[in-house]
Amino acid sequence: MSLIEGRTGSWEVVIGLEVHAQIVSAAKLFSGAATAFGAEPNTQVSTIDAAFPGMLPVINGHCVEQAVKTGLGLAAEINLHSVFDRKNYFYPDLPAGYQISQYLQPVVGRGKIVLDLPDGGVREVGITRLHLEQDAGKSLHDQHPSLTYLDLNRAGVALMEIVSEPDLRSAEEAGAYLRKLRSILRYLGTCDGNMEEGSLRCDCNVSVRRPGEGYGTRCEIKNVNSVRYVMQAIDYEARRQIEIIEEGGTVRQETRLFDAGRGTTRSMRSKEEAHDYRYFPDPDLLPLTLDPAWVASLKASLPELPDAKKARFVAAYALSPADAGILVAERASADYFEAVARGRDPKQAANWVMGDLFGALNRLGVGIEASPVSAENLGAMLDLIADGTISGRLAKDVFAAMLESGDPPGKIVAERGWKQVTDAGAIEAAVDAVLAAQTDKVAEFRAGKEKLFGFFVGQVMKATEGKANPAAVNELLRKKLNG
Amino acid sequence: MTALTRLTMAAARDGLRRRNFTATELAAAHVAAVEAARPLNAFVTETPELAMAQAAESDRRLQRGEARPLEGLPLAIKDLFCTKDILTTASSHILDGFKPPYESTVTAQLWAAGAVMLGKTNMDEFAMGSSTTTSYYGPTENPWRRPGDNRPLVPGGSSGGSAAIVAACGALGATGTDTGGSIRQPASFTGIVGMKPTYGRCSRWGVVAFASSLDHPGPLTRTVRDAAMLLRGMAGHDPKDSTSAPVAVPDFEAALTGDIRGLKVGIPKEYRVDGMPGEIETLWQRGIEWLKTAGAHPVEISLPMTKYALPAYYIVAPAEASSNLARYDGVRFGLRVDGKSLEEMYELTRAAGFGAEVRRRVLIGTYVLSAGYYDAYYVKAQRVRTLIARDFAEAFKMVDCILTPTAPSSAFAIGEKSDDPIAMYLNDVFTVPADLAGIPAISVPAGLDESGLPLGLQIIGRAFDEETVFRVAGVLEEAASFTATPQFIAGASSSGGDIGSGHHEPH
Repeated sequence: MSLIEGRTGSWEVVIGLEVHAQIVSAAKLFSGAATAFGAEPNTQVSTIDAAFPGMLPVINGHCVEQAVKTGLGLAAEINLHSVFDRKNYFYPDLPAGYQISQYLQPVVGRGKIVLDLPDGGVREVGITRLHLEQDAGKSLHDQHPSLTYLDLNRAGVALMEIVSEPDLRSAEEAGAYLRKLRSILRYLGTCDGNMEEGSLRCDCNVSVRRPGEGYGTRCEIKNVNSVRYVMQAIDYEARRQIEIIEEGGTVRQETRLFDAGRGTTRSMRSKEEAHDYRYFPDPDLLPLTLDPAWVASLKASLPELPDAKKARFVAAYALSPADAGILVAERASADYFEAVARGRDPKQAANWVMGDLFGALNRLGVGIEASPVSAENLGAMLDLIADGTISGRLAKDVFAAMLESGDPPGKIVAERGWKQVTDAGAIEAAVDAVLAAQTDKVAEFRAGKEKLFGFFVGQVMKATEGKANPAAVNELLRKKLNG
Repeated sequence: MTALTRLTMAAARDGLRRRNFTATELAAAHVAAVEAARPLNAFVTETPELAMAQAAESDRRLQRGEARPLEGLPLAIKDLFCTKDILTTASSHILDGFKPPYESTVTAQLWAAGAVMLGKTNMDEFAMGSSTTTSYYGPTENPWRRPGDNRPLVPGGSSGGSAAIVAACGALGATGTDTGGSIRQPASFTGIVGMKPTYGRCSRWGVVAFASSLDHPGPLTRTVRDAAMLLRGMAGHDPKDSTSAPVAVPDFEAALTGDIRGLKVGIPKEYRVDGMPGEIETLWQRGIEWLKTAGAHPVEISLPMTKYALPAYYIVAPAEASSNLARYDGVRFGLRVDGKSLEEMYELTRAAGFGAEVRRRVLIGTYVLSAGYYDAYYVKAQRVRTLIARDFAEAFKMVDCILTPTAPSSAFAIGEKSDDPIAMYLNDVFTVPADLAGIPAISVPAGLDESGLPLGLQIIGRAFDEETVFRVAGVLEEAASFTATPQFIAGASSSGGDIGSGHHEPH
């Protein structure tokens, strides 16, 4: 259990997250308008999104499918009957004066997410629910000294609100939860998880308590848009609450905003100022009824998800759970690894992927999808090592060359003449030359200074510019020195 | 040209096809009648140029023998239906200058069927009312007057402009919407036919929303056959309206066989309400006799939840309205009154844009949806609604349709009930249950009361069984042989522009 030490003792922080995940869909939730990010303001707005008189919503079946898939990916109950409600409040970027959401009867019920802890262990976090709702538009307050501009491109875009149980106990766990959720969403293709573009936004409910006591009063921190910020916001908020209580005060239930510049939170509105949203079922929409056979077919067609993949990697490739966890975090990395490992030494493949490749990609600042070294080429390089064409030492150079040129390793080896020398005659000549030049050392070796063996190997490799097959060199040296 | 405006829609259709007259002549006669009917204030917007252009196209099609079902027939459109590039106001100041960039599904279907648009009719603001007196554009007058009484009367509401202009022979038919009785009650008040079809029969797409689960577009016409014709043109599944029913539209006219022998007609005892004039009871009894004479069997039935319908309606409808009207915030279209802050802009805009009745209902609706009141009001009202639908479902196990009066009174004077919202709301007592249950109901003019004003009888039917409703309505119409006409007939030489005198005897 991770506790925070206050002045008066230890505190436990209790966190629940509400994540708004934008559904991957070409069209909005109810209007059919396009959803591309970064379009010119107000160019992706239908009269339905702008809530013109007489306009009616029609549910986008693809978005429902995405939500159900996500529910299945979170091992959640799928509600075959769910209801869209109106959440009423006035704001200029909410054109209808209400947001269509799901309140009492969401499409997805209880599920769970398994967190991968840094020590390789796991922890289960409950999902309370997932529901479908529309996004609002964007108010632009910085375009004019006294006026607010509106961009309704985002208005009506489909979101999944995914609510966790208050099961998280530290900022690190909250971070792990978000990363895992994002991983699952990306595997499913239901949300691109891009926090910078606002495809994934997080509200954090934070409270503190003495270990073993009941829940404290919580504050909700709205719209935090990176994993790092979420962790910062929780840490700050937990310490703020602890300080209040330790100084004899009480935490006020309120909504707070995260100030990314300062790493602090500040009050937005108190419980008393909270909206009365006047939820009621949207009379323009029929209840959402799902066919159990359709749900079953979606379930059958789900891709292998991170947890299952990790377990399989551990079992099939004898990887450690920690390594497997790293490899499956992104589907693209897992696919890459498998393409390299298939029919080869998996441990060696994992080392190259997680070591040299990830390191290089990090330096280059590109994702694995844009890797200059394809999985095919990396695999071919491992084959060259295995068949003795190149040594492990040469492989480092080959990899660097592949990274630079994107060429297949065979081509690089051939062009640069890096092919390992396996011709026994040539190696023998080199060995003989070294031994002839180092008669003193040969005598020392034969007198029992066996550590010198490595020196001879190095000399031969140097003489052959590293291209000699090390096994052949070893064998010949041993024969000649001992013979 | 007056003769052309007196035709029924069916007769005009036949006349056009026989080349007795042209669509242009028919349209011109109606355009003139609309102009002559201006004293009624039935229109917010007249569209004579459009009417003549559409009529010219109709003539070309008629000449080629390619007439569409409603080819060349001039109609009036309630100003709740969005019409592309034509001012659409819902009779509210808040929609000032609003020209929709789209056409409602219902009107698009009508134009595709060849109909001709005369203009947009006046109504209670946002369809909230039973008198067409809450319009920002002033009240519409009923073309009927009490003989010997010069006070202008309301045409009922909210589709009062549509009802008045059809009754005054300024249009062959009109569209309306019925949320609590807004088609049937004005039809009853103006001596015409008003049909509210099953919920989901006509698309609500492009119809300015009042109460989404209750809004029913439907026709107002002078005959049952015309209502059948016009409804066929308006109805049909619309994928753009999620509550539109994916069912085929029958040929409603074909249902007018005149044969109701053996049909069981329910007479609900709960519709005898306190304070209902004796003459309405008498007319109802006459209606029962007419149907009996035609071979139907009256059956006394009970709809025990009837008395809860009105209170439930006045919770559900304002609740939905309060949310539906939130979009009128001055931000994107219509009226904006600038303020020093966002809140002030909202407040000034909505205070200036909405009339008293709309404000009242928005407040009621906001209240009943509020935390702590939602269960006691909205949830309970929805439960009542379910029970009312069950009442009807039970009744329809025993009977094929139900006969009731349409409204508890005839037309009242403008201003008579304006200061008493409850008295005004009571107008809807017989019409609201069918709206809550979403089942079809029609008002047929059946006689005059002692003061010489028309009264309607209502036939209520099973969901999506408009055919039975039309069939029985046709028989009722025939038996009642209601031939009285209002004092004001648009363009008639004896009464043109003469609505002020009010001394014309019914014919």
